[in-house]
Amino acid sequence: MYYMGHRADPAIAVTGLRKAYGDRTVLDGIDLEVAQGEVVALLGPNGAGKTTTVEIVEGFRRRDAGDVRVLGVDPEHGDDAWRARIGVVLQSWRDHRRWRVGELLGQLADAYRPYGTPDRPRPRPVDELLARVGLTDVADQRMATLSGGQRRRFDVAVGLAGRPDLLILDEPTAGLDPAARREFHELVHEVVDLDGTVVLLTTHDLAEAENVADRILLLAGGRIVADGSPAAVARDVAGPSEVRWASGGQRHVHSTHDPVAFTRELLATTPDVADLEVAHASLEDAYLEIVRRHEAGQPLEVTR
Amino acid sequence: MSTPTPRAHAVRLGLRRGLADFRNMLRAPDDMAWNVVIGVALLVYLVTQRHVEVPGAGGATLPDLAMPGILAAVVVFGMVMGPAFALSADVEDGTLLRLRTTPRGTTTYTVGVVLAQVLGALPMFVILLAPWALLLGDPMHRGVAGWAALVGWIVLGTLATLPIGIVGGALAGRTTRVLLLVMAPVVALSAVSGVFGPQTIPGWASGVVQVFPLYWLAHGLRSTTLPPGAEGLEVGGAWHPEIAVLVLLAWAVVGLVAAPAVLRRTAARQTAGALADRLHAFLQRG
Repeated sequence: MYYMGHRADPAIAVTGLRKAYGDRTVLDGIDLEVAQGEVVALLGPNGAGKTTTVEIVEGFRRRDAGDVRVLGVDPEHGDDAWRARIGVVLQSWRDHRRWRVGELLGQLADAYRPYGTPDRPRPRPVDELLARVGLTDVADQRMATLSGGQRRRFDVAVGLAGRPDLLILDEPTAGLDPAARREFHELVHEVVDLDGTVVLLTTHDLAEAENVADRILLLAGGRIVADGSPAAVARDVAGPSEVRWASGGQRHVHSTHDPVAFTRELLATTPDVADLEVAHASLEDAYLEIVRRHEAGQPLEVTR
Repeated sequence: MSTPTPRAHAVRLGLRRGLADFRNMLRAPDDMAWNVVIGVALLVYLVTQRHVEVPGAGGATLPDLAMPGILAAVVVFGMVMGPAFALSADVEDGTLLRLRTTPRGTTTYTVGVVLAQVLGALPMFVILLAPWALLLGDPMHRGVAGWAALVGWIVLGTLATLPIGIVGGALAGRTTRVLLLVMAPVVALSAVSGVFGPQTIPGWASGVVQVFPLYWLAHGLRSTTLPPGAEGLEVGGAWHPEIAVLVLLAWAVVGLVAAPAVLRRTAARQTAGALADRLHAFLQRG
């Protein structure tokens, strides 16, 4: 029997994770923790090691060093009961072309049947899954006829089929149009709220990370260089907010870490303030700053 | 409701998967057209040769002599090339990875691919054997017991060759490499293995072909279907069904040990990153 883990134990706990391909170091000592009930986004430039990290967590890739616990189990030794508690959303593109959509989802979902429990029935009913991702109308069509966006939604349905305790998504909304992307974000919030599913996703899409994630891990140069809420990461990495205003016929700009206090003070002491504007450091600024420093070979660590 | 063990459940799912795959194969016009074209071309050729009696074969005609070799070739081509192409395509397009993300998915996949490939050889047997009696006369000189023995040879041949296809497909990894590493050797081997009768084996090749299952499967089938006197055409001038059984069993045992190990290794290498890399390479090729 596998170790179930206590409610308070982190869903994912990684310390000192290292991985190199040949002499190219991809992960250079990663520490990360994902708590129960959290949605965490792994963000970073191409080649930063996002996919490698996710694959090690999924148990699909071996690590060189470090300690990894996923749902209380080392992924390299995870058994099928452990695997059944994890949903993986692939970026598929052309597998099972001849299968009908509903037929294939039913076949894949049935793999979870022996692993259901009274309070967590597995798998989720296929009709419910199809409806939830908006594929009911194409259930009888061949997989080959699906559009790219429909295929992504199918991938999400497969990931959710086993009513997972932990859902792992690698670039889940690549190729989705804005409406489908919004629906996907709602779906993630729903599974988190209803099933208490823990979510780890990688993304290039900063708006998505801000929208979906409680917490962001910024990965660059094989290390985690920022860790916090989207707002906190933006502030820590990209620096202070800017307050701009006009008074006495002149334009002023002031940088501050506490724009609220500064603005209150400003309005109290300067009667003719006009055109007041507060520009927060955005997550995008933070991200671009990290990529710039990474490419310039500068230190990436930020103070938290 | 009784709950099956996880392994039994995965095997059952694999059987369902294999059946669904076979159904989808029957409905795919390109796959079926391939079977029909080859089957009909063979039959047409044999019909033109139906009166050609082969000297020293105890009165057997050329089609009589060819049939067991053709059946052996159908088994070997179907069971080696079929799984090799299916497996390499499933590695390439992410099917195997998809299964790997589900619990006991590798078991389900393996059972599914074996069943689908075995069933996949049936249409060719039907296309060849159903019109045979009408067009070419009864190909069997031993009646019902002969047909039972024939089925036995086909099952044994399947066991001996299907693992070769699994290993070949798993090791080749890419469909283009299956052409080179699996298909080319099988075609070369069948060209010299005496599919149309042992007298067509070149002298230099006689030792080589007797290492492989194709020759012995064809020999075994000939020993079952041909009339007395035909053994004069065999290498050594006699039937050796017992050697055929031993050689085929040896291949089966080695294959059934090697194939699961190789398949597990290939499945363990399937990662989403590798799949994404293939997708990007594919998109860049346009």
